[in-house]
Amino acid sequence: MSNSSSNSSSITEIVNKGLKKRYRSEFMFRLYGITSILFAAAFLIVFFSSIIDKGYSAFTQGELNISIYLDPEIIDPDNTRDEEEIRYANYDKLVFDSLKNFFPSVSSRKERKELKALVSNGTSLRIQSLVLDDMSLIGKTLDLSVKLDSDIDMFLKGNVDITLDESQRRISDNQVKWTNELKTKGLISQKFNSTLFSAGDSREPEQAGVLGALIGSFFMLLITFIVAFPLGVAAAIYLEEFAPKNKFTDFVEVNINNLAAVPSIIYGLLGLAVFINFFGMPRSAPLVGGLVLALMTFPVIIIASRAALQSVPPSITDAALGVGASKIQTVFDHVFPLALPGMLTGSIIGMARALGESAPLLMIGMVAFVVDIPSTPLDASAALPVQVYLWADAPERGFVERTSAAILVLLFFLLVMNSTAIWLRNKFEIKW
Amino acid sequence: MKKSISIIAALIVMATMSFTASAARDTIKIVGSSTVYPFATVVAERFGKSTKFNTPVIESTGSGGGLKLFCKGVGVEHPDITNASRRIKQKEIDLCAKAGITDIIEIKIGYDGIVVANSKRADTLSLTKRQIFLALAPEIPHPNGAKQLIKNPHKTWKDVDSSLPNVAIEVLGPPPTSGTRDAFGELAMEGGCKTFKWLKDIKKENKKRYKAICRSVREDGPYIEAGENDNLIVQKLNANPKAVGVFGYSFLVENSDSIQGSFVDGVLPTFENIANGDYGVSRSLYFYVKKDHIGTIPGMKEYLREFTADKTIGQDGYLTEKGLIPMPSSEYKQFRSAARKLTSFKGLN
Repeated sequence: MSNSSSNSSSITEIVNKGLKKRYRSEFMFRLYGITSILFAAAFLIVFFSSIIDKGYSAFTQGELNISIYLDPEIIDPDNTRDEEEIRYANYDKLVFDSLKNFFPSVSSRKERKELKALVSNGTSLRIQSLVLDDMSLIGKTLDLSVKLDSDIDMFLKGNVDITLDESQRRISDNQVKWTNELKTKGLISQKFNSTLFSAGDSREPEQAGVLGALIGSFFMLLITFIVAFPLGVAAAIYLEEFAPKNKFTDFVEVNINNLAAVPSIIYGLLGLAVFINFFGMPRSAPLVGGLVLALMTFPVIIIASRAALQSVPPSITDAALGVGASKIQTVFDHVFPLALPGMLTGSIIGMARALGESAPLLMIGMVAFVVDIPSTPLDASAALPVQVYLWADAPERGFVERTSAAILVLLFFLLVMNSTAIWLRNKFEIKW
Repeated sequence: MKKSISIIAALIVMATMSFTASAARDTIKIVGSSTVYPFATVVAERFGKSTKFNTPVIESTGSGGGLKLFCKGVGVEHPDITNASRRIKQKEIDLCAKAGITDIIEIKIGYDGIVVANSKRADTLSLTKRQIFLALAPEIPHPNGAKQLIKNPHKTWKDVDSSLPNVAIEVLGPPPTSGTRDAFGELAMEGGCKTFKWLKDIKKENKKRYKAICRSVREDGPYIEAGENDNLIVQKLNANPKAVGVFGYSFLVENSDSIQGSFVDGVLPTFENIANGDYGVSRSLYFYVKKDHIGTIPGMKEYLREFTADKTIGQDGYLTEKGLIPMPSSEYKQFRSAARKLTSFKGLN
C-alpha cells in the first residue's frame, strides 16, 4: 500500500518537475503565434496607411469659379451657327480672356503662358461641348467651376516645395502669387473629384479617371464567369460523381492541380497565341482578357467545386439512391444544390484573384492608353490593375496620388467580392 | 444540358462578333516605343477630344516589339501606326516587305535627350563619355596603356577618375529591351569607347567584337537594371543620393525639383543644349504609318495632321511642355509636308 503511494507520489514528482517546462513551451508557442500575427498586421497597416495617405488627396480636386463670356466674335463671327465652324473656334482664348479679368496687368508672352496654365487644358474642350450642345448660349456669360491644372492642384495640396528656386519647380512665382490671390478671394475650393469615377484615362492627371478601366474589368469578369463557372462546375461534377476511377482520371486530376499553380503570364502567352493570333480576335479587348482569365480561373473553380461536392455527406446520396432516384437525379436534385454555395464561394475567390491579375493582360495588349469608355467587350479597354501599372509609370506628379487612389478602388472591389464570398458561405452553409 | 447548349451558342455568337468587329474598325491602333508613348498619348487624347473621331488606342510595346507587330501584315487586325525611339532597321523593312507592307510613311517628331542624373541633395556630377565608359563597361583597357582588356576593376567613381567623388558606382538604368538602353549604349558608352584609338580601330576589323566591347554594360553589380519604369528610378534616386540614374529627358523635366542632370562632356542636359545638338546623348523619335490603312481606318490623315501641326511639335508646341525637344524648323517643315502629302518612305540612306 505504502509502496504504491510512494510510487504515485514519484509520478507526481516527475510530472511536477516537467510541468514548468511544458507551461513554458506552451507559452512560447502562443507568443510565437501572436508575434507572427502582429507582424503580419503591422505590415498590413503600413501598407494600407501608406496607400491611403498617398491616395486620399486624389478624391478632391481644386476648382476655380470663373465667368466666361461666350463671345460671338470668337465663336461664330459670321453668325453661321454652322457646327463645323463652331467646333474649331478658339475656345482657349475665351478661357484666357476670362482669366485675364482677374489679372489685367498680364502682358508678356511668358506671363500669358503661365496664366493659361492655371486651369486645366480640358476647360476649353468642356466649353466647346457646352456650346455645341446648346448654341443659344453664344453671347451669354457662363458661370463655371473649372478644374485647376494638376500642377497648381499639387501646389494647393502642399506637394510642391516653393522655397526652391523658380527654375527647379513645376510652377512659377507668378503662378504661386496668382493662386494665392485667387484663394484669398475665395474663388478656389477643393471639391469632390467626380472625374475620377466618370472619365477614362487621360494624360492630364486632373482629367483622368478609372471608369474605363472599371468597365473593362467588369466585362472581363463577366466573360470569365460565363465561361469558367459552368465549365468548371460541369467538369467537377463529372470528375467527382460520374468518372470511373482509373489511371486516366488520376492523370487528369494531377494536371488540373498543376494548372492551378501555373504562373499567370503563361495563360497570357496562350491567349496571345490562340485567341489573337489563331482566331484573329482584337487586341486589347476585354473579350480576350476574359477568356484568358477564364482559363486561369477554371482549375481553381474545379478544385473548389470538387471540395464542395465532397463535403456533401454520403447519407444524402445513399438516401436518394435508396428511394429509387437515378444517378443523374441524385446528383442534380440533391447533391448539386447543397454544394452550390461552396462552389460559388470558391468561384468568387477565384474571380477576385482574376480581378487583381495584370501579368496575362500584358501579353494580350490590355496595357494600352484608352481614353474612350468601352461599351462592349470588343472595344479596346484597360483593366483596373493595368491602370494602376500605367499610372505608376506616368511622369506627371499628379499621377502619384491617383495611382494610390486607383489601388484603393481596386482594393475596395476585392473587399466587396471577398466579403460576398464569406457572406454566401455563412448564409447557406449547412452544418451536418 | 440546356445550359451547356446555351453556353456553346453564346461562345459562337461571341466568336462571330469578334470577326465582324475585326472586319470593320473605326479606332486607330498604335503600338511601339515606351519613350514616345507619353507624347503620342497626349496627341491622341487631344485628337479624340477635339474631333469627331474616336481616340486612338496606344499600346506601349517597346520600339522593337512595335515594329514586329506593325510588320505582321496589312489589314484591320494589325496596328496602323508604330512609334519608335530609333529609326527602322533594314531587317525590319525587309520583314514588312515580306508581309506585303511596302508603303510606309516615316515621320520624325523630335529629339529626346538621355540624361545621367542624381538627387539634388548630392553634388552635380560632371562626367565625360570616357568616364561613363570606364565606369560601366564590363571590360576596359589596361590602365598602363597596353592594348589589352581587363575586367573592370572600378568600384567607386574616384577609381575611375580622381576628380570624381569617392562614392561607390551605383547606376540605375533601363534593361536591354529598352530603346533608351540601346541609345545609351550607342551614344554614351560607345562615345567613350571611341576615345581609345586602338579600340576604335577594332571596328574596321571586327564590327561585332567592337560593338560587344563598346556597347555592353557590366553585370557585376554597379549597373542595376531598374526596369522600364523610369518613375521608379526617380523614386530610388530620391531615396538614395549616392545613386545615379539613366532615363529620358522628359522625366527630368517633370521632376526637376528633386533631381538634377549631370554634365556630360561639360554640357548640361537642358532644353536648349539638346535642341541645338550640344548635348551629346540625344536621339531622334519617330513614328511609322501604314499607308494602305489610310482611307480604311477613319481619322488617320487627321491624326497625322494633328501630330505634325505647329501647335504640337513646333518650337512652342504642347509636346515641348512634356519634354519633347523640337526639330530645327527646316527639318520640321520637311516632315510636316511628308505628313500632308503622305510621302512614302524611300528606304534608309
